[in-house]
Amino acid sequence: MKLELKGITKTFGSLVANDHIDLLVEPGQVHCLLGENGAGKSTLMNVLYGLYDPTEGQILVDDEPVVFKGPGDAMAAGIGMVHQHFMLIPVFTVVENVALGNETTKGAGRLDLDTTRRKIKEISDKYGFDVDPDALVEDLPVGVQQRVEIIKALVRDAKVLILDEPTAVLTPQETDELLDIIRQLKTNGTSVVFISHKLREVKAISDTITVIRRGKVVGSADPSASATELASAMVGRAVNLSLEKAPARPGEATFAVRNLTVTDHNGQHVVDDLSFDIAQGEVLAIAGVQGNGQTELTEAVLGLQPHARGSVKLDGKELLGRSVKQVLDAGVGFVPEDRQVDGLVGAFSIAENMILDRYDRAPFAKGIGLKPSVIAAHAEKKISEFDVRTPSVTAAVGTLSGGNQQKVVLARELSRPLRLFIASQPTRGLDVGSIEFVHKRVIAERDHGTPVMIVSTELDEVLELADRIAVLYRGRLVGIVPGNTSRDVLGLMMAGIPPEEAGNAAGLHETAATPTTERHDGGGHA
Amino acid sequence: MPENLNTEPAAEQTAADTATDTALATADGRIPPSPVPVASQGGDLGHDGGGSLLRQIFTGNSLVAFLSVVLAIVLGGVLIAVTDEKVGAAATYFFARPSDTLSAIWTAASGAYVALFQGSIFNPNAQTFEGMIYPITETLTVATPLICAGLGVALAFRAGLFNIGAQGQIIIGATFAGWVGFTWHPPVGLHLALVIVGGLLGGAVWGGVVGLLKARTGAHEVIVTIMLNYIAQFLLLFLLTTPAFQRPGNTNPISPLLDQSALYPLVMGEQFRLHWGFLVAVAATVFVWWLLNRSTVGFEFRAVGANPSAARTAGINVSKGYILVMAIAGALAGLAGVAQVAGTEKVLSGGVAATFGFDAITVALLGRSSPWGTFWAGLLFGAFRAGGTAMQADTGTPIDIVLVVQSLIVLFIAAPPLVRAVFGLNPRKKKTKKAAVAAAEGAGAA
Amino acid sequence: MSATTLTPTSPKAAAVDKPVSWKVPVTLSVVAVAALVVFGSMAPGASATFGISTDRDLLQLPALTVSGVAGGWVCALAMLALAGYSVYLARAAAKLPAWVPIVFGALFVVGFLIWVVAGARTTSISLAGLIAGSVTLAVPLVFGSLSGVLCERAGVVNIAIEGQLLGGAFTAAVLSTVTGSVYVGLLGAAVAGALVSLILAIFSIKYVVNQIIVGVVLNVLISGLTGYLFSTVLTRDPEHFNAPGRLPIIEIPFLSAIPIIGPILFRQSVVGYLMYIAVAAVWFGLFKTKWGLRVRAVGEHPQAADTVGIKVNRIRFWNVILGGAIAGVGGSFFTLVAVDSFTKDISGGRGFIALAALIFGRWNPIGAFLAALLFGFADNLQSLLTIIGTPVPSQFMAMLPYAVTIFAVAGLVGRSRPPAADGIPYVKG
Repeated sequence: MKLELKGITKTFGSLVANDHIDLLVEPGQVHCLLGENGAGKSTLMNVLYGLYDPTEGQILVDDEPVVFKGPGDAMAAGIGMVHQHFMLIPVFTVVENVALGNETTKGAGRLDLDTTRRKIKEISDKYGFDVDPDALVEDLPVGVQQRVEIIKALVRDAKVLILDEPTAVLTPQETDELLDIIRQLKTNGTSVVFISHKLREVKAISDTITVIRRGKVVGSADPSASATELASAMVGRAVNLSLEKAPARPGEATFAVRNLTVTDHNGQHVVDDLSFDIAQGEVLAIAGVQGNGQTELTEAVLGLQPHARGSVKLDGKELLGRSVKQVLDAGVGFVPEDRQVDGLVGAFSIAENMILDRYDRAPFAKGIGLKPSVIAAHAEKKISEFDVRTPSVTAAVGTLSGGNQQKVVLARELSRPLRLFIASQPTRGLDVGSIEFVHKRVIAERDHGTPVMIVSTELDEVLELADRIAVLYRGRLVGIVPGNTSRDVLGLMMAGIPPEEAGNAAGLHETAATPTTERHDGGGHA
Repeated sequence: MPENLNTEPAAEQTAADTATDTALATADGRIPPSPVPVASQGGDLGHDGGGSLLRQIFTGNSLVAFLSVVLAIVLGGVLIAVTDEKVGAAATYFFARPSDTLSAIWTAASGAYVALFQGSIFNPNAQTFEGMIYPITETLTVATPLICAGLGVALAFRAGLFNIGAQGQIIIGATFAGWVGFTWHPPVGLHLALVIVGGLLGGAVWGGVVGLLKARTGAHEVIVTIMLNYIAQFLLLFLLTTPAFQRPGNTNPISPLLDQSALYPLVMGEQFRLHWGFLVAVAATVFVWWLLNRSTVGFEFRAVGANPSAARTAGINVSKGYILVMAIAGALAGLAGVAQVAGTEKVLSGGVAATFGFDAITVALLGRSSPWGTFWAGLLFGAFRAGGTAMQADTGTPIDIVLVVQSLIVLFIAAPPLVRAVFGLNPRKKKTKKAAVAAAEGAGAA
Repeated sequence: MSATTLTPTSPKAAAVDKPVSWKVPVTLSVVAVAALVVFGSMAPGASATFGISTDRDLLQLPALTVSGVAGGWVCALAMLALAGYSVYLARAAAKLPAWVPIVFGALFVVGFLIWVVAGARTTSISLAGLIAGSVTLAVPLVFGSLSGVLCERAGVVNIAIEGQLLGGAFTAAVLSTVTGSVYVGLLGAAVAGALVSLILAIFSIKYVVNQIIVGVVLNVLISGLTGYLFSTVLTRDPEHFNAPGRLPIIEIPFLSAIPIIGPILFRQSVVGYLMYIAVAAVWFGLFKTKWGLRVRAVGEHPQAADTVGIKVNRIRFWNVILGGAIAGVGGSFFTLVAVDSFTKDISGGRGFIALAALIFGRWNPIGAFLAALLFGFADNLQSLLTIIGTPVPSQFMAMLPYAVTIFAVAGLVGRSRPPAADGIPYVKG
């Protein structure tokens, strides 16, 4: 099937998300859409999938113009999509999820799940998926959930499969497996639209690359183009993402975690017997695939996890068992991984968000009375210091862009004396300019002599910032390695391979494949 | 969802559309939306939000609120007219003399509303000046419990809790206050103070339980408060059969009269029922305004209401917030109970709370959960209620019409696009709504 | 790649500490001890007599007589044993089987009945009458809670059940009188319930108004509207507007004469039979059909449903309408079965008990049905106890459904989990 987008424009109010985009997906081709966060890739695909009406422009399937009123129409035309956030119903089984919207019935509207079960089996056998049709989706690992999503599309005879940032939640090994699946799909004549901002994958899998920047197609590239070329095309200027930073001068190890175990509501050990130190003036990066205990680790330190055992000491004082307020008062600064959910109150003004954890003390309060003028003046000062772009400090934080929201969080957390700074996914969803700003601030805090703990699932960010790297796998510490450890070793460690073995394996591997010097190609951040 | 392209504020803030609020406040559905209808969860820190006043009036909530009231009153008038006997009689010969029908319709609807006005604001037909202004004092008297309980509902709203339980809190507040009022006999002055404290305490306990259950077990406050309303009602009915509460020598479920020293003094003398409880209600409004906008406690409440996860991460004790806000909300409703038992009724009976607790919900909704909004809404609904009683007596129009008009007002105010469509004020049509929603999401996405 | 030779550091499954919930064992223990004190040590000396057969039954079974002391002690000790078993299981970190709380609850009810009847002025009640009356009183609750199930499974909170019942009751009375046919009235009740739902649907789905608000306000609106019309039109001319007559009781020959079961299953009005059909149909529809799969998907994760081409808001809209119609039929019970005229606020808060039944029944039609039966039982027992003259104040019996519901939502009698998207409007980009 040949799929063509002609002059697609999508505006939201005054915001132009897609500006006259042309795109041609040839049959049996892997077409990559490369662009930064916020470039308009997802919007474009949502238009193609019938979730948004285009403001202007046309979609053509095999040279015939089509109009998609909803995802149903797009699916009927042979387009399938695997969303970045999986569209699966957690309390349904695999077969129910696959059947949904495409049910076969046996008289009187009765569900006939056996037919769907059979289809799942056929597809699983064909592509080597190991999926139990009767498992509850919420019990499955993310990698398997992604396969369920692919099965959903294939059961509906998708001729074009859109994969939106499919590798964000996968280990490097799972990513390799996914790339294999894509190759198989291609062999079977399915076209794939692969959306990513990760250059390595894009280069490895695509037949054609279209680069999108600020809602416009800025050109197409050949997979053989160099990573630097692709990165500059994507960002729109020459990029040199290697951060200027002085070598760390670690001081005394003032932050110590010993035998930390966190259990979730099912009794599962989500953090399992973790021990490490962080020294003053040092960045320890916690690397790992999403969902391997990083969130729970940071929450346990902050006092947000009710079932944590072991010891977490800052400056010799035990933090475990204290309230969040006490932990913050001990000098812990915290940037949560999801700023909109945990970091900011969207309906509150910037000024109020700037004092969210200090509203009840001088100089912002006297007794239980607030001091509005002091609060406003503080906010004015901080928005200029952290370059927050806003018309007014009274604007609701929810109306700001992601980069500016993150600056508000940073401004709040970094504007008091810290004894420990924790940032979780500090640059998730930000554009390149904001990423540079955030990274500089993190390093500045380190150079100020604060122990810094960065949690990131982006290897590039980890390598950029870390003085040492601790890798987590299933809540356990796989090992702590120096900041200049190769990407391949880290990739293996993220799959649970201990550092020594990983080092050997990567050594063998390296001679055959990609060199480790790729680390500053600008890939993973944007 | 659309990705955001620039660093400028992405959302157009002019669209007064609930959908926008929803999208904005939920971070693309990752936070459950606040159950609560508030104009804005942000505090009023004394800065102007910008935008011309004129534009705010014509696009904003004030116009919609006014038009909602008009629309509801018109619909109420239609209902009065179609059920009127004279209209029905005239309609049988409508085609012979349509003017009869039309004038009957006008007479029925306008008669009822004139009676409503004369019963609630000013009665020009009265013989004396006192008689003329009596209606407005009645309005203030009836508004007193509505304002107090409405503030309780509004305050809980701001902390993200849907407090349907004002009715039960009024009942228990009135029970405590009443018992203090007719059982203890301390000196004048102290007695009234103790009655008020009793009312506050009773309401606080009944409200605090809700907060406690919510904080400890996650029990949904809507369900708990509905159930507690019934339990409070049956508890009161039971107590009124016990010797401690029942009037001696009486088989009816009614308490002794409260001591004179336990009653609110009258504001304007014997001919009016207006009592000091109204001034207490004004003070309560000021207090709630201060609490929400100028105190750290209110900051916590609002943060918990707008985004409990972020509040927790910022070190705010969300459980404590739920318990405290429900206790204060209950205490405010308890104050309404005091106004009833120590002001208007002077006795504790099964019907002491009337339906004030339920009306308080509509009052708080109409007031958009702001303290002064609630105050004015309480006055409006107090006028409806006071006038409705007079209307029923004068024109025989049942007071139930007031419930209809009140609920229509709240429905219309909650759906501005509907009201604008009815009055043909929708220049931007559907597209803008969509765009505003999307833009708000865009701001969330990037 | 040589990864095949490598082993991850955690070959064994991640370690698990099974969390132990002490809520249920503690609750059971407290209740059991209370039962021991009240039913056992404070047992009345008299015996309680329970009539089983009625005069119309084919088979005449003798009445059951239980000594207050013996019955009380047996029930209380059995409850204590079950509580002990639950504590034992909790200590061993084992899962409590579902039958334990159910049997416990049943024992409590039996123990309570023996205690209360033996302690009354008249120590005899008709068990058959008690149960048949419970089912009858449960009819509007069952319809109401089914309305809740249909709405909330699709993600729309329905606080307006009370308004739907009331609207149905009013319309059934008026239409039956005007047309002279109770069946037209029944149909009209369904339409009226659906119309109330229509307002809920339009405001909550189209205008994205908070669903709880719309529900609360709708109840006030319908109460005001029906109250107003009752005070004007209906009171002025009851002959022509408020004399609906009753739905006939249809007895199925032979079957209706079976003791206890006969009256509840085979001696009902059309509304009673419709109730059983509705429960079965809603259950089958929700869990066994394509429609049900889609409804549940919409209530759990509307966005996911949307991406597979399901029209989320259309499903929600029609479910809310259907729910309203069902509640409307339940409302006709008040004016066509229970009594034969409409009075102000005749539903008397039963819509809220239906809501409680829905939650207590965990958003499942069968569960809601059983919970409604329980509440109907409590309601009926209350009036029976007033007649036979017991020491328990009737107000406390009246509180029971509400108190039980609070226990339910507080998780003390098992966790209730609503559909994930319940109450959250779906706004598409």
